[in-house]
Amino acid sequence: MRLGVKRLPDDGLLEVRDLKKYFPTKRKGVFVRAVDGVSFRLKRGEVLGLVGESGSGKSTTAYTILGVYEPTAGQILFKGQDISTGLARRPLALKKEIQIVFQDPGTSLNPSRTIGQILGVPLAVHRIGTRAERQQRIAELLRLVELPVDFMYKYPRAIGGGERQMVAIARALATNPSLVVLDEPTSALDVSVQAKIINMLMKLQRELHLTYLFISHDLSLMRNVATRVAVMYLGKICEEASTPELFANPLHPYTQMLLSSIPVVSKAEEATKPKRIRSTGEIPSPVDVPPGCGFHPRCPFRTEACSREEPAMREVEEGHFVRCHLLGAGVPGDGQIH
Amino acid sequence: MEDSTLVEIKNLTVWYRVYGGLLRVLDGVNLSVARGQKVGIVGETGCGKTTTVKAILRILPKNAVVPEGTIMFQGRNVLKMRGRELQELRGQGIAMVFQDPTAALNPVFTIGQQIMEVIKYARPGGKAKEWREMAVRALKEAALPDPERLMENYPFQLSGGMRQRVCIAMALATARTLLIADEPTTNLDVTIQDQVLRLVRRLVEEKGTSLILITHSLGVAREMTDLVYVMYAGTMVEVAQTDELFDNPLHPYTLGLLQSIPKLTGGGVTQGIAGRIPDYANPPPGCRFAPRCDQAMPICSERKPALFDAGGGHQVACWRFAAGGEAVA
Ligand SMILES: Nc1ncnc2c1ncn2[C@@H]1O[C@H](COP(=O)(O)OP(=O)(O)OP(=O)(O)O)[C@@H](O)[C@H]1O
Ligand SMILES: Nc1ncnc2c1ncn2[C@@H]1O[C@H](COP(=O)(O)OP(=O)(O)OP(=O)(O)O)[C@@H](O)[C@H]1O
Ligand SMILES: [Mg+2]
Ligand SMILES: [Mg+2]
Repeated sequence: MRLGVKRLPDDGLLEVRDLKKYFPTKRKGVFVRAVDGVSFRLKRGEVLGLVGESGSGKSTTAYTILGVYEPTAGQILFKGQDISTGLARRPLALKKEIQIVFQDPGTSLNPSRTIGQILGVPLAVHRIGTRAERQQRIAELLRLVELPVDFMYKYPRAIGGGERQMVAIARALATNPSLVVLDEPTSALDVSVQAKIINMLMKLQRELHLTYLFISHDLSLMRNVATRVAVMYLGKICEEASTPELFANPLHPYTQMLLSSIPVVSKAEEATKPKRIRSTGEIPSPVDVPPGCGFHPRCPFRTEACSREEPAMREVEEGHFVRCHLLGAGVPGDGQIH
Repeated sequence: MEDSTLVEIKNLTVWYRVYGGLLRVLDGVNLSVARGQKVGIVGETGCGKTTTVKAILRILPKNAVVPEGTIMFQGRNVLKMRGRELQELRGQGIAMVFQDPTAALNPVFTIGQQIMEVIKYARPGGKAKEWREMAVRALKEAALPDPERLMENYPFQLSGGMRQRVCIAMALATARTLLIADEPTTNLDVTIQDQVLRLVRRLVEEKGTSLILITHSLGVAREMTDLVYVMYAGTMVEVAQTDELFDNPLHPYTLGLLQSIPKLTGGGVTQGIAGRIPDYANPPPGCRFAPRCDQAMPICSERKPALFDAGGGHQVACWRFAAGGEAVA
C-alpha cells in the first residue's frame, strides 16, 4: 500500500514512518524486536541526535535506512521517494546520497589497502570522474578533512585512531551525499581526539550543507551538536524535542534517568540535571519486551496502566513529543511529573 | 611516613622490554593514598594507569622491568615482598576489580563457587558453611537480588552490569584495606554505570576501605573521589583535592582535557588537544607533554619538571609553576 503518502514539505529530506525491524531467533515465532515502531523526520541541514543505551536499536535503525536491512514494516521516504526496499533494489543514484561513518575506525577500513585506494573505492563504484580526476578528488578529500595529502600512500595501521576516523569521514563524503549517518563516530576515541573529530564534522556539516543522523549514547555530546534529539529505549523513541527544549525540560522518566546518571565536571552542569530520578533496574532484552510501556519495570512513577497499555506518542508542547501515560489524558494519577 | 598513609609510591619507573627495544612507560610516578581515602587516577588511553596499579599488586607482565622506585603498602615495600607476604597482600590487603567482568569471571564455575574460592584464599582456616554464609552476605551487601539463587548461577546468565556488581561483591567479600578498581564501568551504559559506582562508593565508605579508582572520565573521578591524580604519558602531571582540581585546574594537559569534554550546559565543542601521546620507545626529553603544549617554554623540552607545590596540597608538574613555588618531589 502506497496510498496516503503525504508529500514532504520542501525542506524535508528523510522521513521514517512506523519503522519496524525484527530479527528471527532460534525459537520459532520469537523475534528480537530491535526496532519496533520508530518515526521521525529529518529536515535539510538538520542534525538529529538519536540517543539510547546499548541494544536500544540505534544501529539497526541506521542500517535499515541505509538499506542494509529490509524493514519488517513501515516506510522510509527520502526526498519524497519510497526507499523501504533493501539495498539491492535501491537505484545507484540514491545510494550515493546516503552515507555512513561507523564507530570503529580500526575495523571499518581495509587494512591491506592504502588510504588513497580506500578513498578511491566509492568513486569507482559510482563511476565518478576519470582516473586522473579521481586522483585529484582523493587529494581534495584529504584536504577537506585537513589530513596531509601524502596520507594517500599510507596504510590504515600506520596512522592514529583519530586520523583513521578522519579518513572514514572523507570516504563517506566522496560521493557528495546529502545525508550522512554517523553511528557513534567517536565512542572508541579519547575525549581529546573526539573533540577534534566533532569539530571537523560540524565544520563540514555547515560548509557542505549536510544533514546528519547522529547516533550516540552520549547525551552531553548531543547537547553540543544536535538541533533535535530523539531518545530511544527498547526499539522505540520515547521522547523527541529540539535540543534546548529537551535539556531544559526533559519529560519522559527515562530521559530524566539518563540525564541524572551522567557524571559531569562542574556545578553549572550539575544544576542542569534533573535530580528527581535515580537509576534502578536492568535494561530488558528486546526479545522479551515488557508489556505496556517498555520502561515501566524501571520507572519510579509507574501506575497500573503502564504495565497494561502501551502509551502513544503525544505532542505535549509544540515540537516536543513524549511517549508516557503520565503526560497524557485518560490515565488515573496526577498526570504530572514536574 | 605518616600513620594515616596506606600507599606511598615514590619515583616508580616501569619499562617494557619489546622486540627491538625498550618502552619507557612509567617515568617516575609518585602517588599516595591515605587510609579511608578515595583516590582517582584519570588519563587517556595508554598513559600507564593499569601499569601503575599492576605494579602495586605485583602482577606486571613478564616483560616489565622496574629499574627504580618504591611502593610502600602499610609501611612495607611491595617490590621486595615474596611468597607468603605477597599472598597476604593479595588475599587480605588489596582487592582488585577489572574493566571487563566477563574476563574476570570463570565461565565454567558458578558465582557461588567463585566467591567462596576468594574467601577461602583470604581465610584458609575456615569451614565450608562459613564461606557460604560470607558469600551470600557479600552478594546481599552489593544489593544483588535473590542472592541464594545467584550463588547457583553461571556468569553467562547475568547481564554485564550484574557481573560487575558480582565482581565488586567478590572483591569486598572479605575485609580489605584497599580496593583498586580499573575502569570498572567503561563498558557499561550510563544508567548502569551510575548503579555500579554508587555501589562501590557505598561499600568502601561502609567498610572504611581505601579506593584507587582508575578512569578515563574526569566526571566519574569528580563524583567518586576525594583526591585526583591526572596522568599523562607515564607521569603524574597534577594532583589535588577533587574540589580544588575542578575549581582550579592548572596543568595545560588537565585544562585541555577539561575543555575537550562536551558539557551538558552546551557551548559547543573545542578543538581538543593537538598531536598524540609520545612514542614510549623514544619519549621526548624534559616534559613529556611539551610537544603538544601550547604554553611550552624552552626549558620544557630540556628538563623534566618536578611536582611543584601550588598551595594547599595542589601539585603541578609544569615549569610555569616553578617560580616562587617549591619542588615537592
Ligand atoms: N543482525 C541481527 N540479528 C539478530 N539480532 C540483532 C541483529 N542486529 C542487532 N540485533 C539485536 O537488536 C538489538 C538492537 O541492536 P542495535 O545494534 O540496533 O542496538 P544499538 O542501539 O545500536 O546498541 P549499541 O549502543 O550497543 O550499538 C540488540 O538486542 C541486538 O542484539
Ligand atoms: N606487556 C606489555 N608489553 C609492551 N607494552 C605494554 C605492555 N603492557 C602495556 N604496554 C604499553 O604501555 C603503555 C601503558 O599501558 P597501560 O595499559 O598501563 O595504559 P592505561 O593507561 O591503562 O591505558 P587504557 O586506558 O587503554 O587502559 C601503553 O602504550 C601500552 O601499549
Ligand atoms: Mg550500535
Ligand atoms: Mg588500562
